[in-house]
Amino acid sequence: MAKASARAAGASRSTARRAKRPQMDLFEDKATPPVVGATPEEAAAPAARPAPARRATAESMAQKQREISVSEFFVKNRHLLGFDNPSKALLTTIKEAVDNSLDACEEAGILPELTLEVHDLALEARRPQDAELTKGEGRFLVVVQDNGPGIVKAQVPKIFGKLLYGSKFHRLKQSRGQQGIGISAAAMYGQLTTGKPIRVTSRVGRKKDAHVFEIQLDTRKNEPVVTHDEALSEWHQEHGTRVELEIVANWQQGQRFVNRYVEHTALANPHATIHYTRPVGAAQRENADRPGNETLSFPRATTELPKEAVEIKPHPHGVELGALMLMAQESKSRDVSGFLQSAFSRVSAGAAADILSHVPWGRKAVKPRQLAENRAMAEALHKAIGETKLMSPPTNCLSPIGDELMRKGLVSFLTVIESEGDEEEGAQLDLDSAGMKSKRAPRAEKAARAEKGKGKGKAEAAAPAPEPVPDAPAEEGVEKIKGHNYFIATVTRSPKVYRGNPFQVEVGLAYGGSWPADKTIELFRFANRVPLLFQRGACGITEGIVKTDWRNYLLSQPKNSLPVGPMALLVHIASVWVPFTSESKEAVAHYPDILKEIQLAAQECGRKLATFIRKRKAEDYQAERRSIFERYIEEVAIAIGKITRRQPGPIKREFLKVAHKVTAAEMAEEEKAALEKGEDEARPAKGKAARGKDQPSPKAKRRARAADEAEEE
Amino acid sequence: MAPRKDAISKKTVAKIEKLAESVLKTVQGGKNPFLDIPVRSLANVTWSDKRRLVELGGQKQKRYFFNVSMAKKFMQTFLVSEACKELIDSGKTTSIRDLYYVTKHTIGDTRQNTFEDQDESDPIIEDLEVTMDSLREELHLFAARKGSMVGPVTIVDTGDTIDLRRMGSGGWSVPSIVEENVITFRKHEAKYVLLIEKDAVWTRFNEDKFWKRNSCIIVQGGGQPPRGVRRLVQRLHRELKLPVYVLVDNDPWGFYIYSVMKQGSINLAYESMRMAVPDARFVGLSSFDKDKYKIPTNVAIKMDDGDNNRAKQMLAYPWFKHARWQNEIQEMVKSGQKYELEALSRRGISFITEEYLPKKLKDKDWLE
Repeated sequence: MAKASARAAGASRSTARRAKRPQMDLFEDKATPPVVGATPEEAAAPAARPAPARRATAESMAQKQREISVSEFFVKNRHLLGFDNPSKALLTTIKEAVDNSLDACEEAGILPELTLEVHDLALEARRPQDAELTKGEGRFLVVVQDNGPGIVKAQVPKIFGKLLYGSKFHRLKQSRGQQGIGISAAAMYGQLTTGKPIRVTSRVGRKKDAHVFEIQLDTRKNEPVVTHDEALSEWHQEHGTRVELEIVANWQQGQRFVNRYVEHTALANPHATIHYTRPVGAAQRENADRPGNETLSFPRATTELPKEAVEIKPHPHGVELGALMLMAQESKSRDVSGFLQSAFSRVSAGAAADILSHVPWGRKAVKPRQLAENRAMAEALHKAIGETKLMSPPTNCLSPIGDELMRKGLVSFLTVIESEGDEEEGAQLDLDSAGMKSKRAPRAEKAARAEKGKGKGKAEAAAPAPEPVPDAPAEEGVEKIKGHNYFIATVTRSPKVYRGNPFQVEVGLAYGGSWPADKTIELFRFANRVPLLFQRGACGITEGIVKTDWRNYLLSQPKNSLPVGPMALLVHIASVWVPFTSESKEAVAHYPDILKEIQLAAQECGRKLATFIRKRKAEDYQAERRSIFERYIEEVAIAIGKITRRQPGPIKREFLKVAHKVTAAEMAEEEKAALEKGEDEARPAKGKAARGKDQPSPKAKRRARAADEAEEE
Repeated sequence: MAPRKDAISKKTVAKIEKLAESVLKTVQGGKNPFLDIPVRSLANVTWSDKRRLVELGGQKQKRYFFNVSMAKKFMQTFLVSEACKELIDSGKTTSIRDLYYVTKHTIGDTRQNTFEDQDESDPIIEDLEVTMDSLREELHLFAARKGSMVGPVTIVDTGDTIDLRRMGSGGWSVPSIVEENVITFRKHEAKYVLLIEKDAVWTRFNEDKFWKRNSCIIVQGGGQPPRGVRRLVQRLHRELKLPVYVLVDNDPWGFYIYSVMKQGSINLAYESMRMAVPDARFVGLSSFDKDKYKIPTNVAIKMDDGDNNRAKQMLAYPWFKHARWQNEIQEMVKSGQKYELEALSRRGISFITEEYLPKKLKDKDWLE
């Protein structure tokens, strides 16, 4: 509750700050004349003069009381939908369009191939040679195109021009979109900020023409207004949808979130191919395909479509009284037993009888409609449902990423990350240089990635490169990516239920490689395969990870914080209804059942990690030994050679021979000792943790700052 | 001129070569090579009642190459051996600091050096000395020189005849290597040797020409005397049959200087035979002198924890077991006060040379 009011306070502050913005004026200009005579201010003024004691009467107030359309509400409360500021609006716009495209493709059983373009209109208008990225706010064109099933002509205006219109709200099925607000809200935002309508091209099949629409929203009525409607005889795709939106955005600030979103989307959707085109300034643009742009491709890591998510009926244990009454009203069943059986999952005739046996009026013949009218009866039924033991809802309706695909996703994700190098401080997730590089070394890299995607596995992780001292053999769970060894572990929990909604938690981790060891881990949050980039602190996923004691798994962890270590952690919640804390879907609500599952999954993954770290420590110790000896053998051989007037070469060889023999035999014992020592070292993480809390390292601070920024935006 | 090696140098080189050959043989036999290094710590030091010396025990430690904690030291030992062999071959002598620079370099393509600082190389040199039973001088090494000497004696130092009666205010600076092949004694009229702890007090004795009036050799070692001073004092004692008197501050540190002069130190226990003067006499400053010579308490310094601990350690040393020594140390601990030699100047600037020491010697007021 406190959190909600804090959010509201923050929101009103930001609204106040923005009150004079031109986009608000724009909205006023194009509005139809008000139905009731005056604006609130004018109406209030005359009433105030004659009767100073009583400034308004019930009648004068009644004149001002009128219906508020959903659209109007969201115009004023854009932040609820994720359009707080131009940089965030850019991401939200892209996200809504991409989510819809992926949902549509999956529902139709099509392997998604998405094109995402961001165009800096000012940049493209300039001459190529002096084109610079727009600094701060500017006009941008966002294009998202999919190869999905397309949209029937008649539905297009409503889907894109009406808030709260969609197919996903009234059903219980795992999908990215839930409410039917997103894309129309983006269209509304574009219209508010640039005055331009959303442009939608869609084609449903080879034999049908493609249609282009330009759609505006009538915000007062929450109705679409089609300003352009044209059939295209030619379109480059047999089916699919293309959405073009012109919006005011801030690329400069927003790009890192967009980059991250695209990367993470590719990570959680290994079955999708994404082509991502983004604006690039003249300075970095030598290799761009078009003036001002460059394209990055994230090829799919698997051609297997995720298991289809099945739509289910709600489970009685999750239903609230009001909802129950509403459902009863709409029921076509003749009696309550029939209503319960048809409207809910897991209610058999027996279970219905069981429920009704707890209800005072259970033996009478009651029509469902009566329940809707009689609150007391409905309440009795609701109570009885809560008291009756029922089978858990079916959980086969969920479509998790799965262990294997999560691993593939992580591998191809890390491949992209590794390509970029680390020239930019604290920007592991910034793709800015990745594009350049992947262009310079294109084929081999992609081939390698594809290869990895196909046959990855234990044998492949082996380092084939010959090394002077034999390297550790391939280990289970270790992937060698661009010369860095990552330990990857994944856990997919079995489905569980919260408030009658089935959900499933998955955790994947990538440890080691080039992640910095002295910083907080990277936490990637996903809900129904959609990356969550904001409100990290307010998210239930974060809480679940923070509450897990990672010190048990040999990472250090400051109190009440994420662990510190070279690791990226992926947490995915799949559910027919993910409980978000707000409509902008940035954070998952803190349901104890969900938190518990996250913790259990994290612990399971953590145990795998600890086993690996323990083994790695022993191996590191061995490697260190070897390198010490190798370094010193050279020196000793030269010295002894000089003293005994011999060539150092043969002496060195003698030493090396013994090195292999002695180290193999004698190390076994020391190894044991080292292992024990290593465990001892891992334990005093407590002391470290305390320090971490009081005095974060500069790097940790920097990262924390970056996280804060994300929170603010 | 091609340096001609004397017998000692030849022997030393042979020892170094033997060390290297034995390691090489072990390696060729497929075994982990090692060096047998006598342990230089209190645990391996014994007090010989008969010889009245601190002596190194028989404990040896094997320094293996294929051992993570020993590999570097093993490597360093051979770097030093090789450098010493080269010194001897070329007939040159150098300081241990110099040797540190000679052997210091970066290892391969790492950022690690063979030696990080001189504190790393000095113990390696000492290890080598004990391992090969060779003296530092025989390895053509010397420590930074410290200490000066004047007195009625003529010496020959590397061919130069020096009259220590005519050394002005600074005195003759005692070199690090004072073996027979470097220093020999000629004519002398000295009756005893006086070892003074510090330079400032020695300067008082020189300025007052104490050595002339009392026919003695005065030496100072700038605190704990270096090997050269100790060795030279021992030679004066043995060869010229001169008794040795030690004049140090009245504090645990001063007592320890006397102790080292008398029976050798723990770290250099292997050289006690060549350095110690078991007959050396402690002439002052005694804990009881403050009353005998009426030194006011306001020139005393309060003992700190370090002093007290040191004093307690010394009470346990076998060579301080004598009742008189126990009294001496306990008196200091009991009073909680220590005195520097300069405290005597409270009674007059030349009180120490004109009254204090002459009376002490006359009364035979010393400890042994």
